[in-house]
Amino acid sequence: MLKNYDLYSFVVSRQFNGIKGLFIIFFLFLLIPSVGCSKEAVPVAEDPVIEKRMLALTMDLRCLVCQNESIADSRADFSNDIRREIREQIKANKTDQEIVQFLVDRYGDFVLYNPPMKPTTILLWFGPLILFIIGLGSLMIYLRRRRVQIEDVSLSQVQLERAEALLNENKKGKNV
Amino acid sequence: MMRYLIPLFAFIVLAAFLLVGLTLNPRQVPSPLIDKPAPIFQLNHLHEPDRLMASQDNLGKVWLLNVWASWCVACRDEHPLLVQLANSGIVPIYGLNYKDERTTALQWLKRYGDPYTISIVDPDGKVGIDYGVYGVPETYVIDKKGIIRHKQIGPVTVDALQNTIIPLIIELQKQA
Repeated sequence: MLKNYDLYSFVVSRQFNGIKGLFIIFFLFLLIPSVGCSKEAVPVAEDPVIEKRMLALTMDLRCLVCQNESIADSRADFSNDIRREIREQIKANKTDQEIVQFLVDRYGDFVLYNPPMKPTTILLWFGPLILFIIGLGSLMIYLRRRRVQIEDVSLSQVQLERAEALLNENKKGKNV
Repeated sequence: MMRYLIPLFAFIVLAAFLLVGLTLNPRQVPSPLIDKPAPIFQLNHLHEPDRLMASQDNLGKVWLLNVWASWCVACRDEHPLLVQLANSGIVPIYGLNYKDERTTALQWLKRYGDPYTISIVDPDGKVGIDYGVYGVPETYVIDKKGIIRHKQIGPVTVDALQNTIIPLIIELQKQA
């Protein structure tokens, strides 16, 4: 079905010329009664409380089809279905935990943007901290070693004497 | 020597992780339903809408549940393989027609062949959610006790059939 605004842009995008223009205008007149009663798409849930809870829940859930989008944001069919399912479950007085568990049972932890702490996710949770500690540790070792190296580079007696001799030679040279 | 070896070693470790990462498919989300009882359903037949099929009817045999739709392009890819598999008589395949129109689904089967022992319909995708379906086609291997043993996400391939699905079916059929 052609939506009203489609026709509008169709008319606007073309020049009104000749019979074609008249014809389109005539056609638009035919549409006038239906403009009054045509409606925007009705939201599935008209209850704003349910909608708000559903949105809060789906914000932290991953759409498995377009994996970088949350179910709240995604327009994929999958997300649509999950949103509908969640609305129904909210209506059936399920708690948020029950609803999340329902989805985890079916799709796994991957639906959660906030993964639970489990033996399999230990590396995920603490990996960055471990890497940071390794980095900090090696930096400290490196800095300490460098300080020792700098201290180590003290000249031996022979070297000192040679250096002094060279300096003196230089002075003498200048005096000449 | 060590000061060159350590960065080299670190690089090799990092490269190995990245290399493994390249071979992983982020679309393959492991299903939490593996080795769990297949969700129970009772659905209308596709061909005879008045008849019902219950998942428990299949207890005692190994069967495949193939989720498909006429709007699903990848389903067309795997379909000849399913027809071949059905003709071989190794395992009965049950088709779950997912979020589809009855007439187009029936036309589709007429055109590409009907490998299904029984086709059932899930028009609003409710059973699909129970099975954790997020991208058709998906195929489940269900054992005699009604437990899901394997899930093929995406089209069934020759490789998957030969190396995974058929050996698994034969193994499961041996079990009591």
